[in-house]
Parts: sequence; C-alpha cells; structure tokens
Amino acid sequence: MYVSHLSLLDFRSYTAVDVELEPGVNAFLGPNGQGKTNLVEAIGYVATLGSHRVSTDAPLIRAGASRAVVRTRVVRGDRASTIELEIAPGKANRGRINRGQPVRARDVLGILRTVLFAPEDLALVKGDPDGRRRFLDQLLVLMIPRVSGVLADYDRVLRQRSALLKSARGVRRSAGGRPSRPRLSTTSSTSLSPGLSTGSADSSAGAAGDQTGSELATLDVWDARLAELGAEILVLRLGLVEALRPAVAASYEQVSSGAGAAEISYKWSLPSEVPDGAALPSVGAVRDALLDAMRDVRQQELDRGLSLVGPHRDDLVLTLAGLPAKGYASHGESWSFALALRLASYRLLGGEVQAPAFWNPDLGTDAEPVLVLDDVFAELDTRRRERLAELVAPARQVLVTAAVPDDVPGALRGVRFHVEPGTVTRER
Amino acid sequence: MYEGAVQDLIDELGRLPGVGPKSAQRIAFHLLAAEGHEVKRLVDALTEVKLRVRFCELCGNVAEAERCRVCLDPRRSDEVICVVEEPKDVVAVERTREFRGRYHVLGGAINPMENIGPDDLRIKELLTRLADGAVKEVILAMDPNVEGEATATYLARLIGPIGITVSRLASGLPVGGDLEYADEVTLGRAFEGRRVVGG
Repeated sequence: MYVSHLSLLDFRSYTAVDVELEPGVNAFLGPNGQGKTNLVEAIGYVATLGSHRVSTDAPLIRAGASRAVVRTRVVRGDRASTIELEIAPGKANRGRINRGQPVRARDVLGILRTVLFAPEDLALVKGDPDGRRRFLDQLLVLMIPRVSGVLADYDRVLRQRSALLKSARGVRRSAGGRPSRPRLSTTSSTSLSPGLSTGSADSSAGAAGDQTGSELATLDVWDARLAELGAEILVLRLGLVEALRPAVAASYEQVSSGAGAAEISYKWSLPSEVPDGAALPSVGAVRDALLDAMRDVRQQELDRGLSLVGPHRDDLVLTLAGLPAKGYASHGESWSFALALRLASYRLLGGEVQAPAFWNPDLGTDAEPVLVLDDVFAELDTRRRERLAELVAPARQVLVTAAVPDDVPGALRGVRFHVEPGTVTRER
Repeated sequence: MYEGAVQDLIDELGRLPGVGPKSAQRIAFHLLAAEGHEVKRLVDALTEVKLRVRFCELCGNVAEAERCRVCLDPRRSDEVICVVEEPKDVVAVERTREFRGRYHVLGGAINPMENIGPDDLRIKELLTRLADGAVKEVILAMDPNVEGEATATYLARLIGPIGITVSRLASGLPVGGDLEYADEVTLGRAFEGRRVVGG
C-alpha cells in the first residue's frame, strides 16, 4: 500500500497543506524546526491513532485552532480509500472513510499500516523494559485489533488489584476501617457462607482481622481475572517473539554486516523456564502457572502492596553475541539492534516472515506497510546508513525526513520535497 | 466568578453528574430568568424526592414505601432473583417486559480503587434472601466491564456452593445491527460465547 495524498488542516505548524506523494521513496528535506516530522507524524496518526512524539492530542492542534483534520488517500492494489480524521482534544475523535458518514476514529484502524523508525527507537535497546513491552504489545494490536481490549482490561484489573493490595496493607497496619457507606437496610445478617460471616454489619466498626478476611476473598477474584487476561497476553507475546526471532537475527546481520549474532528472548515473572521453540504453552497452562506463582508470593505482595507476577513485570531480552545489549552494546550496535527490531516487524506485517499460529494474516494484495524513517539517517554512521537504505529502497513506499540532504543515501533516490514553515514544495 | 448566591448556585449545579461549568452557568441563569412558580415546582420536586423516596428494605431498589413495587407485586416469581448494580439497571431490565422474577440492587460494584469492597455492597442482604430456599436461580446482570465481572465472579463463588443455579448475562452482538459494524472487541467476545445450534 502507499499514501498518495496527504492534506492537513490546523495540524501542528500547518494551517493548511496539500501534498501529493508517490510510491517508492519520498524525502522531506529542510532545516530543523520547519515541520518535516509533523508530516510523517500525521500519517502515523492515521495508522495508529496516536503520535510517536506525544501521548496526548492537544499538542497536535495548531495553536489557536480548536481541531485538526488529517486527510489521507491510501492506495492498495488498484483500490484507493480516503481516510479523514478530525482530532479534537477533549472530545471523541471522528473519522470518515471515503467521504461517508462519520464513524468512530477506531473504525479507520487497519486501512493504513505503517512501520516507523525514529530516533526514539534507541530507547528500545537502551531504555527500560516497559518500552520493549510496549513494542511487543503495539505490534500485537496491529496484527489483532481485539488485543487492544485485552490489554486495556488487563491494565484495569492490575490497577484494581494493586489498589486492593495497598489498602489491605493499610488496614492491617492501622486496624481502622474504611468509612462505611450509608446502609439503608437493617436486615439482620443470617450467615450462609463461612467466607462471609467474618464481615460485620457496620464495616467501620470491623476489626482488622475481619477486614483482611473479606479483602482476601476479593483478592482471589482479581487473581483469577489477572491470570486469565495475563495468560492470554503471555501466549500472544511468546508466539510473537518466536516469529520475530529469526527475522531480527537476519535483519541485524544485514544492517551491521554480520558482526555478532543478535538474539531476542522473552523473560517472564514466572519461576519456571520460558518455553522455547515450537512448543508454545496453552493459555490454560499459563493461567494455572500464574495462579500458582501468585499464591507463592502473596505474602510478599501484601507486604509491599504490589502485584509481582504477570506480563507487566516481563521483558524482551536483547542479546548480542551472548551478552545483554543493554549495557554491553556500543552506540552503533544499539542502533543496529533497534533498526533490526523495526525491520523485523515490517517484514512480519508485510508477510515476509512465517506468521505465528494465532494470527491469520489475511494480507490480501499489496499489504506491505508504509515505511517511515523519521530523522534516522543523521543518527547512523555511513556504513549503517548505506545498508539500511539498500534494505528499505525496494519497499512499496518509504517516507524519509532529514535536515541535511546529504544524509539521505544515494540508494534512496526518489521524490524530494522542500519543507519550509507552513509549506511543502516538490523539488523538480 | 459571580457574586454570592449566583456563584453558590452554579457551584451546586456543577456538582451534579454530567453537568460541566458551562452547563451549570447556563442552568443557573435559566433559573434566574424563570418565573417564581416554575422554580418553586423544581424546589418542591427536589424536596419531595428526598422526603418520599427511599430504598426498598428488601431489594434496595428505589421505593416510596418500605418495599418497592416489584417486591410487593404478588404476581412475580420468587424463584428467580436478578442481581444488578444500580436502581437504573432495574428499569433497564424491566423494559424487556419479560423478566418476571425479583431484583436485588447491590448499590455498585467491587472497586478497590474507589475503596468499595464487598462489605460496602448489599451482598449480605442478598445472601439473607437466599437463605430460605425459595430462590432457585440467581441471574447476575452486572455491567460488562472489569469491575462488573469481578463482582459477578465473587458472587458466583459465594452463591454456587449453596446449590442455587447462578447464571450470567451473555455478552455479544447488538440486535438489529450489522455484523460488519460490530467492533472487534465485541465480536471477539461473541465468538468466545458462541452456542452450538446443530450437529
């Protein structure tokens, strides 16, 4: 697929701009601070409903305007679709497909797919585990949109469970109770279940022991939910890592011209070994393992008021010639690794890599995602620059931004645009 | 900021759910411009509702007597209890005009982040109602979100061992809609909850 047209209204620094794009390489050139990244950010927004630079929508709106509109035309095979997104902070964003009736912004997901390389990618290698977990999760959402619901539910359950652990800890310390809510019924309590008989009629008068009793009864419920959703996420992540592993190794070798082998592996919070290779565990087995592990660390969790088991504690481990990339890899090697991760995801989404069993890629024609290289070349040495250029040059469409035109390797010849504040001109 | 009484009114209105500062200001000025007797009607309605309406001592639904209309209705079955989070959910289920059992309103869902545990809900009262053996089935009709599911699971674990059938509302596709317009989360759920219809 490729983007044939981009028009922006009150987006970032642009009041109104129209750009015709071509398949193949499109380079946006111009000094820093002129609005090059804003263009590719807008395209990324249509693909993911988020910016790679900011986590809220407000900065995307031109100062003084109340809403921004991004309109793109995406060509796939011999079909073209127009996607229009209206971004209004504080309100629900709305989309329109082919100038039809307004739809929820979520409904435009999946029409345009992009893989973005940006300077921020270096944090995938050098940064904290949460960045690497997000890399896996975002890729899963691109593959299976339903996963966004599973991740959101997991996050919510995790926060509820952690709140419960914290308050249970507080109750045990102070022996006081929560303020009781007004109770309207005075029905005498006839106990049916031993689990319930510990609750007193007025919770504020409840002794500390009673409180923790019923707190723990609900903890079991949260444990079950956390294990269920967590197992689903874990099995997906394991399958994804398994599918990416050979592609990352191959991509790293290509980018770095064979200096040391790059390996990725998944590290989880369970005491058992992470199963490797073809034998992926079932969701049920992982769920039971999570429940067992939670039982084992329950005292610790209660002491610290933290959830210590689950996919939120995991990491994607990157190793280079057997040593952890974080800490051991040089700056250049770290860059190569970050590029390899992005290239591998591009190849997975484009169908060049054996898909994991849980995913029905249904790629159809012309599924290759649009590649976006935002200010990446300035960060790389000449050798890596050339290699990356060779690797991405054959892609259906590559969008490149660079401040210095000479940073863009010769292999990436194509259409060039000159970007000045508020305007984009095609160079002849 | 306005002077004294006007600002007090705006502040009070702004505390209502779904009313933002702009709406609060609009309502306040509408009331200021309104005829005295119109405002009186509103004041009376507010006073009346606090005086007359209370919560049913049996099920927790809104009532104008000790017991609500549903609990007093002799034609309804005592064998089924539908458990909901809020009184407005009773109204929603009643709109189906098909449920002939009784209700039990919990007054919320388990929500540790807001400090709401089982003791803050009317769960003990529910178990009391189940004690005499008249009830054969409990239908859990919590909201289909994380907190609603946790509450339903908690109740199912409490009630199941007593030997009463516990069921949960299905979640899935809206009726009258097109399959292609269902969002992927709902459709995914509907797949999970599919039923065998033949073979």
